[in-house]
Amino acid sequence: MRYTFLLYSNPADFADLTPEDWAKEKEVYGAYIGALQEAGVFVDTDWLHPANTATTITLKDGEKRVQDGPFAETKETLGGFFAIDVPDLDAAMAWAEKCPAAKHGKIEIRASAMGDY
Amino acid sequence: MNEPTPQARAEDVARAAYGKLVAMLASRSGDIMAAEDALSDAFVAALKTWPERGIPEKPEAWLLTVAKNRRIDQARKDARLVITDEVPEMVEAPSFEQDNALDERLALMFVCAHPAIDAAIRTPLMLQTVLGLEAEDIARAFLVSPSAMAQRLVRAKKKIKSAGIPFVVPEPEAQPERMAAVLEAVYGAYSVDWLEGSGDLSHEAFFLSTILADQAPKSAEALGLTALIGFIEARRDARVREGVLVPVPEQDVELWDDDLTSRSAALLTRASQLGQIGRYQLEAAIQSVHAARSVTGSTDWRALSQLYDGLLRLHPTIGAAVSRAAVVAEDIGPAEGLKLLERINAPDIETFQAAHAVKAHCLVRLGRVADAAEAYARAISLCTDLPSRRWLEENLAALRKKMS
Repeated sequence: MRYTFLLYSNPADFADLTPEDWAKEKEVYGAYIGALQEAGVFVDTDWLHPANTATTITLKDGEKRVQDGPFAETKETLGGFFAIDVPDLDAAMAWAEKCPAAKHGKIEIRASAMGDY
Repeated sequence: MNEPTPQARAEDVARAAYGKLVAMLASRSGDIMAAEDALSDAFVAALKTWPERGIPEKPEAWLLTVAKNRRIDQARKDARLVITDEVPEMVEAPSFEQDNALDERLALMFVCAHPAIDAAIRTPLMLQTVLGLEAEDIARAFLVSPSAMAQRLVRAKKKIKSAGIPFVVPEPEAQPERMAAVLEAVYGAYSVDWLEGSGDLSHEAFFLSTILADQAPKSAEALGLTALIGFIEARRDARVREGVLVPVPEQDVELWDDDLTSRSAALLTRASQLGQIGRYQLEAAIQSVHAARSVTGSTDWRALSQLYDGLLRLHPTIGAAVSRAAVVAEDIGPAEGLKLLERINAPDIETFQAAHAVKAHCLVRLGRVADAAEAYARAISLCTDLPSRRWLEENLAALRKKMS
């Protein structure tokens, strides 16, 4: 089953990070990606620019509307994701626990609904 | 004794098989709702056929076959709608193996108490999927509307399927934590109506814990919980007299179920031999001290006080703290009991009924009758079950008589 980890954090927590801190962060994430690959469960990942750079678009009311900014203003925002392929939620939870993002933010685990509908 | 009617026997057999069959049907797809639907059809067929033709030699296998066929039919029907070449999953159904079925029922209990499932719905979910209780009956016991309960149960089952919660018994290293959640859900079922109402749920909870003790014989706390519930169940007939609560030390030991008590004691011994102490074993040990009165004729308050000390260190709760004060009041004296009560540092102590009842009891023995009457009145105003309320009212009435 494919699971996506949505990584939520408060950008303010990263405001004071030095270039050395960032380099260390990258290393930590690199190791995590390596572990996922080695286990053969890695599907995809990305790291996103801050939510205040987002562009939100909708055709919901019949016409195109574009908004400068995220669809909802919240303190904790989506900062990136991991997609992995593991047998069940227990395995997904075990990987999420190991994800570096869990240390300073929250990880929402969602199963893929592709094929269910 | 009257022979049960074929209808009643069919119902009993079908019910006893329920949880196993749900577990077997749902374990592969994770779809509890589909399993329940298929089973309910199989039950209808059984209740129609069995009373006429007799109960089949392997009733569970019979029910499983009918339910599986029904699922295949359903899958075919669905397939026609979606148009796909895929072979329905249930064509290759698991074979019926008794030992396997036991494991699957345990797995189902772990699914119901999974950390990804809201703690408040774990007990109702377990009652429904493992024992087949109707949502309506569960709702009544939990004092919520049937539609709200049904909705929450459906939501939980949908989550189990869509989130991919596995139907497995967790690995040994994850077991203590996961087992704790299962035990809590079972104990939750026990506490719902143990004193008032029909006691149906407490009976079901006892059944659930017996399953656990059978299937997880290495879990000291599973054995401990089963012993605990067993000790309390053994006093069922002595607990309430003419609608009034009878406190354990005053109960008529002749009304206790000695057989159940000794089985519970044996379980507790087995649990303690596993060398993993836990709250349920300590609580069971407390009940075993009470149970010993049927042999010794008296209550060992010192032993109770020590056990409560241990329980408070391991698993501090307001209930245990108040009980410890009550026990110390008997062991050392009411002044000491009162002192302990006043020292309890819990935000909800003011609205905790038992605290006021114990306080009243201590004050009576200290001769402070006016204060005692006030404490009883406060306890009565906080009391939510009828037998306890009547008991408190009787105490207050006796006190007023003494005062006038």
